[in-house]
Amino acid sequence: MTTSTQPPAGIAPETTAVPARPVGAAPQGSGDQLLRPHAEQAFAAELAALAATDRRRRPPSWRLSPWAVVTYVLGGTLEDDTVITPKYIGSRRLVEVAVATLATDRALLLLGSPGTAKSWLSEHLAAAISGDSTLVVQGTAGTSEDAVRYGWNYARLIAEGPSKDAMVPSPVMRAMAGGSLARVEELTRMGAEVQDALITVLSEKTLPVAELASEVQAVAGFNIIATANDRDRGVNEMSSALRRRFNTVVLPLPATEDVEVEIVSRRVAQLGRALDLPAEPPAGAEVRRVVRIFRELRSGVTSDGRTTVRTPSSTLSTAEAIGVITGGLTLAAHFGDGRLSAEDVAAGLVGAVVKDPSTDPVVWREYLEGVVRDRDGWKDLYQACWDLDTEARGR
Amino acid sequence: MSVTVLGIRHHGPGSARAVEAALAELDPDLVLVEGPAEGDAALAHTGSLTPPVALTVYARDEPRDAAFWPFAEFSPEWRALLHGAATGVPVRFIDLPFGLSLALRRQEQAEAAARAVDADAEAGGPDGAGSRSADPPGASSPGDAAGGDGAGGAGGEGEPAHLVEDDPLGWLARAAGHDDPERFWEDLVEHRRLARAGPGEPGRDGALELFAAVANAMTELRDEAGPGDRVSPTRVEHRRREEMREAHMRLEIRRAGSGADAAARIAVVCGAWHVPALTGAVGRMSATADQRTLRGVRAVRTDTTWVPWTHARLAAESGYGAGVASPGWYHHLWTSRDQATTRWVTRVAGLLRAADLPASSASVIETVRLAEALAAVRERAVPGLTELNDAVLAGLCGGDPVPLAVVREQLVVGRVLGAVGEDVPTVPLAADLARLQRRLRLRPGADDQKIRLDLRKDVDRERGQLLRRLRLLDVPWGTPAATSGTGTFAEAWTLRWEPEFSVAVVAAARYGSTVADAATAVITERTEAAADLPAVTALLEAAVLAGLPTAMAVVAAGLERRAAGTGDVAHLMAALAPLARIHRYGDVRATDTTGVAALAESLMVRICAGLPPACVSLDDDAADAMAAAIDSADGAFRLIADPEHVERWHVAVRAAADIHGGNSLVNGRCTRILSDAGDIDQAEVALRLDRALSAAGVAPADAARWLEGFLGSTGSVLARDPRMLGLVDAWLASLTADAFTVVLAPLRRVFAAFTAPERRMIAERAGSGLPRPAGGGTGPTTPTGGPAAGGPGGPGGPAAGGPAAWDADRVALVLPVVASLLTIPGLERTATHE
Repeated sequence: MTTSTQPPAGIAPETTAVPARPVGAAPQGSGDQLLRPHAEQAFAAELAALAATDRRRRPPSWRLSPWAVVTYVLGGTLEDDTVITPKYIGSRRLVEVAVATLATDRALLLLGSPGTAKSWLSEHLAAAISGDSTLVVQGTAGTSEDAVRYGWNYARLIAEGPSKDAMVPSPVMRAMAGGSLARVEELTRMGAEVQDALITVLSEKTLPVAELASEVQAVAGFNIIATANDRDRGVNEMSSALRRRFNTVVLPLPATEDVEVEIVSRRVAQLGRALDLPAEPPAGAEVRRVVRIFRELRSGVTSDGRTTVRTPSSTLSTAEAIGVITGGLTLAAHFGDGRLSAEDVAAGLVGAVVKDPSTDPVVWREYLEGVVRDRDGWKDLYQACWDLDTEARGR
Repeated sequence: MSVTVLGIRHHGPGSARAVEAALAELDPDLVLVEGPAEGDAALAHTGSLTPPVALTVYARDEPRDAAFWPFAEFSPEWRALLHGAATGVPVRFIDLPFGLSLALRRQEQAEAAARAVDADAEAGGPDGAGSRSADPPGASSPGDAAGGDGAGGAGGEGEPAHLVEDDPLGWLARAAGHDDPERFWEDLVEHRRLARAGPGEPGRDGALELFAAVANAMTELRDEAGPGDRVSPTRVEHRRREEMREAHMRLEIRRAGSGADAAARIAVVCGAWHVPALTGAVGRMSATADQRTLRGVRAVRTDTTWVPWTHARLAAESGYGAGVASPGWYHHLWTSRDQATTRWVTRVAGLLRAADLPASSASVIETVRLAEALAAVRERAVPGLTELNDAVLAGLCGGDPVPLAVVREQLVVGRVLGAVGEDVPTVPLAADLARLQRRLRLRPGADDQKIRLDLRKDVDRERGQLLRRLRLLDVPWGTPAATSGTGTFAEAWTLRWEPEFSVAVVAAARYGSTVADAATAVITERTEAAADLPAVTALLEAAVLAGLPTAMAVVAAGLERRAAGTGDVAHLMAALAPLARIHRYGDVRATDTTGVAALAESLMVRICAGLPPACVSLDDDAADAMAAAIDSADGAFRLIADPEHVERWHVAVRAAADIHGGNSLVNGRCTRILSDAGDIDQAEVALRLDRALSAAGVAPADAARWLEGFLGSTGSVLARDPRMLGLVDAWLASLTADAFTVVLAPLRRVFAAFTAPERRMIAERAGSGLPRPAGGGTGPTTPTGGPAAGGPGGPGGPAAGGPAAWDADRVALVLPVVASLLTIPGLERTATHE
């Protein structure tokens, strides 16, 4: 097993000590009250079971062996009969490449269309490997270099001058000091110069602090998982210098309808628990219907391959399908009879498909008339969408 | 006598190494290899072969009935052959002779055909009687996983989905808790050396143990396999064939170990699946039973030779399905004795750099590390091709599968073409071809190669001829490409040698022993079989282009014979055009065209004689064809340009133009030809036009057809000559409404064929007013002094009518103005003078 072992920091003039936050203390409160617990909270039991049975070699600072990480992500049954639920449903190959990458010197870049579980996978990898998925830099157009390197507590800076105490370390710096994984979300949304601040971190594994004439050297186990989107507009292309420091894993859209239905059902069930919805778990048929509509509009052809349909401007990702079903469930729970019906789904469905008010309504209406109306057993959905449409136009 | 059976995976580099080690250790005095028994004769040439090559066995009576046993550098069987060649130990093939299995197949096909006739349903037998190149049993064998042969034919409907014999390794892998049989076998056997690599330890001790373990595993599997309950007829047949093959191998082994010259230590190299059957672990057939199994089949007589093979053809996706998905990778495993992973990634990087894609050494290092980390995650001892592909995709290609496809094509499969030595037994035709290839410096390659030939050079002309001759022999090595307007002296070809061409050459050998002879024979055969005259003429052209004088003479004779026999002038005319082309351009290729000239002459005479009668009573379709034939013949006459014949032709055409009761399309066409040739003058043309369009005697539809024939596809005659346009215009204006409706469609068709400028010109003239024929008489038209006379239209046109019709006084008034406008001083003076 090859790992990134860093030499001890003896040669460096002075190593700034950044407190690596003890993992247990990171998230506050118990999982029950939280709107959305972190992966390491939600699946604490599974992680513990894996750690207990894992006899394979672990790279430095890893809480689990690579094999166990793959099992955590893809699911399985352990020796002691603990069932590990699958977190990512998709190609085993991709997950293996991702995990193996994190054990090398290179950082991991998860690339894909919106809603292909890039952040989801990144969070779970960080949770399984470092036990902490909270060292996140969220990339936006406004993200500054401070978020990647370090900032200052200006009150203390003015009062005391530059000092370790006045410095505010970024998540990346904390991860380096603690030998854990840092996550950079939406890397390409950050400005190019901010992105390039990562180059030193990734190649030298060190972060110089010029003001203190010192540096932070990465502890073995440090690495970065970045996610980026290859479809959205308004992104800043990565420089090739930065790209070279990543191994790229492209996450695909779910390959088949069955896989996508499984993903949506599973996730909706989890969310339903989290939202504490009194509604019954959704009928498989309703999930399948939404997934089919999404897939057909996405690919521009009906599932039987017979009819061509126009593609709307919306992304129609799996994540949005999950949103539609969850939204429908909420409606059903609070305003309906607790059972997910076509009316509950319709509102979310239209909202997900019609994003551009000038072209998408036409595409949607064509799809309704051309495909939904004539499909066996879809009468209720057609009626519900149609009612909604008339209502909207009446207004 | 001791017999050691080495169960291998065909084309497995690990098996190959193990066989090499095992043979070195055993030091047998006879090596028996799974392969067609006829192949023994070809073994003498092992030393002059460069793999990949294939042992080819073909039926003497029909060389297209052939089967191939491919061998790559890393094939265990090939190592066994080399061992024999290096140590002098005799090597023999022991599998069922191809002649026998072919005889069985023919028998089956005959039965199937008989059944099909009886049932009058179900096309083809179970083996697909229609497909001649269907793999015979054993032919596909050197490729499949562990010798479970006949992957193509197995698996009929209505039987259990997974029989052990189809996928023995899959069963073994599943039993060991692996989901991927390929990986299982690779880890266990193929990567074995890599796992315990080290210069000091040759891995020799393990080889025999490994084979013993494989034999045990296979015995378990075959015990498991059993007969099965419900099996399809195809399956029954397949099993019977397997039994025969194994029976034959057993008999051969027994024979080798008995008698006066019995071998003491025998090593048998065969697919792992067969091991238990050969060691007697299952079945326990007696020698007598084996002999009984094989009795009663008369073998087809066969010949054996070696042909060059390619890696692409070894790969599973190719038509022959020898069945290794990644020969390039195996080759790499075989050739790189250490650091296979690093060397592989380095080669990938080199390939990407050659394609101008970034691939730094740093990336190579990281990719190797990723591959190794992946192997660790997947709990494999060393990275396999899957790990390397994944690592290359993520580390070197940035997740983009497109460059990976290049890697796959060039490295994973690889572009390697084998070679066979001079001494390899070969059909004389192939020897001649090899000689020509050498002399003309055309090397067969597996890649596309573009060449450009200058036909004025001897070498290039011969090259072109060779390629064309080969095309006649169904060896389309070169594909002619359209030359980009460089005239008739240049020819462009794309060359690409496919391994099956070697077979096609063998198949064509029955036509002759040299390329030229065989091509001549093919043309002769086709001439005899040709259905009609134009088909023969096309052959003549082929013969001329291929530079085959004898064939030309034969085709010319056939042409003459057919021409004499045919009464169809249209066919004669169609045949004349290519002859004329040969006559005209043949000398570019320095072909002797005297025979062609004589033939063309006789054809021309017969055409001229036969044309007028042939134009009588044609319906519209026949007339269309005739008009086209006349056009092509006219072109041919003009090309040959013999004044005597041209004159005779024009006489014939004139006769055809004058025929009453013929189709008016042909009449019109002939008139046009005469007019274009200047054989009749403008006045005559106008007269004929007028006559053809005269409203009194001619039905409007016929008039329209005449016009269609006359105008053909160019409107220039109408656009240029206002008199003609005037005639047509007048005729059109004279039509009644009903008649106009009748001619509208054909006229529309005619005008649609004109070019846009022509149409515009005609329209402009029609719009600006036309000189009308006075009174509609048949005499020369006289322009009246209408308003059109002084108009912009038709300089020179009105003048043709003669000055008598002009009012000189009124002209004189206008002239000075016109003259000053046109700045013609002379005219001005003349005008004032008047």
